Amino acid sequence: MKLFRFHGGVHPNDHKRLTASKPISLLPIPQRLYLPLQQHIGAPAEPVVNIGETVLKGQLLAHSQGHISAPVHAPTSGTILDIGPLTAPHPSGLPIRTVTLESDGTDQWTPALEEAIRDPLILDPEEISNRVGTAGIVGMGGATFPSAVKLKLSLKRKIHTLIINGGECEPYLTCDDRLMQERPAQIADGIRIILHAVQAERAIIAIENNKPAAIVAMKATCAHLADTQVIVVPAQYPMGSEKHLIQTLLGQEVPAGGLGADIGVLVHNVGTAYAVHRTIRYHIPLISRIVTVSGDAIRNPQNVEVPIGTPLSDVIQHCGGFKTTPARLLMGGPMMGNMINNLNIPVVKGTSGIVALTSQALTQQLPKPCIRCGRCVDSCPCGLVPLEMAAHIRKDNLEKAAELGLVDCVACGCCSYSCPAHIPLVQYFNYAKGALFNRQQTKHRSEETRKLIEQRKSRLAKEEEAKKLAALKRKAEKDAQKKSLKSQADEEVTS
Amino acid sequence: MMNLSAVAAMTLLGLSLGLLLGYAARFFKVETNPIVEEIELLLPGTQCGQCGYPGCAAAAVAIANGDAPVTACPPGGRDLAKELAAKLNLVIDLSGVVEKAPTLARVNEQLCIGCARCPKVCPTDAIIGASKQLHAVIRDACTGCGQCVAICPTESLQLYPIETTLRTWQWPKPLIAH
Repeated sequence: MKLFRFHGGVHPNDHKRLTASKPISLLPIPQRLYLPLQQHIGAPAEPVVNIGETVLKGQLLAHSQGHISAPVHAPTSGTILDIGPLTAPHPSGLPIRTVTLESDGTDQWTPALEEAIRDPLILDPEEISNRVGTAGIVGMGGATFPSAVKLKLSLKRKIHTLIINGGECEPYLTCDDRLMQERPAQIADGIRIILHAVQAERAIIAIENNKPAAIVAMKATCAHLADTQVIVVPAQYPMGSEKHLIQTLLGQEVPAGGLGADIGVLVHNVGTAYAVHRTIRYHIPLISRIVTVSGDAIRNPQNVEVPIGTPLSDVIQHCGGFKTTPARLLMGGPMMGNMINNLNIPVVKGTSGIVALTSQALTQQLPKPCIRCGRCVDSCPCGLVPLEMAAHIRKDNLEKAAELGLVDCVACGCCSYSCPAHIPLVQYFNYAKGALFNRQQTKHRSEETRKLIEQRKSRLAKEEEAKKLAALKRKAEKDAQKKSLKSQADEEVTS
Repeated sequence: MMNLSAVAAMTLLGLSLGLLLGYAARFFKVETNPIVEEIELLLPGTQCGQCGYPGCAAAAVAIANGDAPVTACPPGGRDLAKELAAKLNLVIDLSGVVEKAPTLARVNEQLCIGCARCPKVCPTDAIIGASKQLHAVIRDACTGCGQCVAICPTESLQLYPIETTLRTWQWPKPLIAH
């Protein structure tokens, strides 16, 4: 298949050798699990269990609310200790409503609610989406968008190609790589189920060429499948970005502000395909995920299959703890991951990796003035002009930055990575996107306020009118009564 | 029979007068300065009176005439001042404008006596409660204008800054100078 190229991108040292050849290990069930009620994009889940209740493995703890949301399930059996705010695995460090589950050590499964499905391919496509939704599956690549919503939309919009994203372009991360090496048959089965769920014609599994073992494994598994193809793509960051992967494989650009569905393409991560397989075949909700624990500060870097909700400290301990005190801790990879400063936060559905780096691995320097060398322009995979946008944002001229295409920025960080002056470019863009969003919210709010005031005014006017009318009516009645009394009296007098 | 006809006559009178007034409002509409209307649309419209004028309409007139500065509206803050300056083609110095943190009113349940005064003054109908009942503020409708705080006899209503949650948190601006 002919491949296309996208503009820009960078080639950071991928550091994947630390973990790519080690098998996935299984983390024993920890003593306590902390399950945030929002591990996805959309509305938070609402708990259906009470404090003190005993739950079984796989039991629903919180159901989804609204159209875009995902439920949360118990990763093991035990007792609910608490439901309340705890520090969220989020760069802000703000609290989030979290269910605390104490394991009873028996890891006993809840009896399956539905009958086992012999052949998912005879199920109604929508039924598959529904089951994916009730299993709490979200995009496992890190975006954590509820998968069922994507599947349903794709079915409606008529998708021709399903792309399975095995790009994994973030340095250090190898969780998708290991999954493809160790469980290719399960992934292939998940792909068949998704293909059926969206009624697409073909599937393409895209893998970067720095994962030879995964390519061999997936190719061997998919050799007999006519509609599924394994395509090797060049290792170039950000190949794993949905828009850039589509561009590379099909040569088509996703319209600005649009979705892959606009050009008939759906992209899912390999981890999501695996989760779909487990749910549809075995009724296992999303209660565990594979996490890469890596970085030069970790004694024994490896991939670990972790129950959702496990504190990071337990996972690090499982990997032999720290070799040296890390200078920086990251959740996710070094390009797009978030800095964390605390190990008492749980692994969530979107945690693809925990990276601990020593000061040797960091090259942080103070920013210097921009010399307009244009390296950020060369490296921007979205065709933007980062230096101009950042200059406007620095002066709080956000509208100008938006005009220059800020909304099309995918926050990949190529600009910051390539800037010789160490200007925090992508950080500026993240700030500006948030500030613009807030401004829009404020505008929306003031419009709503205006409506409320209008409504109140018309209500008051109506009340006033009604009062006047009632007063008039009363007066009329009184007059009428008086008149009738008078006429009666007259009659009496005349008679 | 007498009663009914009286009621009918009054209703008819009310309706015809209402119609007449309605049409009069259309036909004899006083043309106002269009810029005043535009400014009024930009203003929050809560009639909070923090600018010193008796309402947003009066403030709009004052701003349009140049009697009040574009920075007169405290709830509007920096963004509104910018928008007004752009509308009036003014160059302004925003360094003096202190951005007031957005606030929301909240009822202290231990102090509320159910006097039912606050729902009457709330410009957005954001307070619910009948007399001798505990009152409550609807967060989504409250604009933090503070009119209820002024009228509350027990200081049960207070303005509190809106706390940042995970859903409202945004990345801060990079602080490093270069």
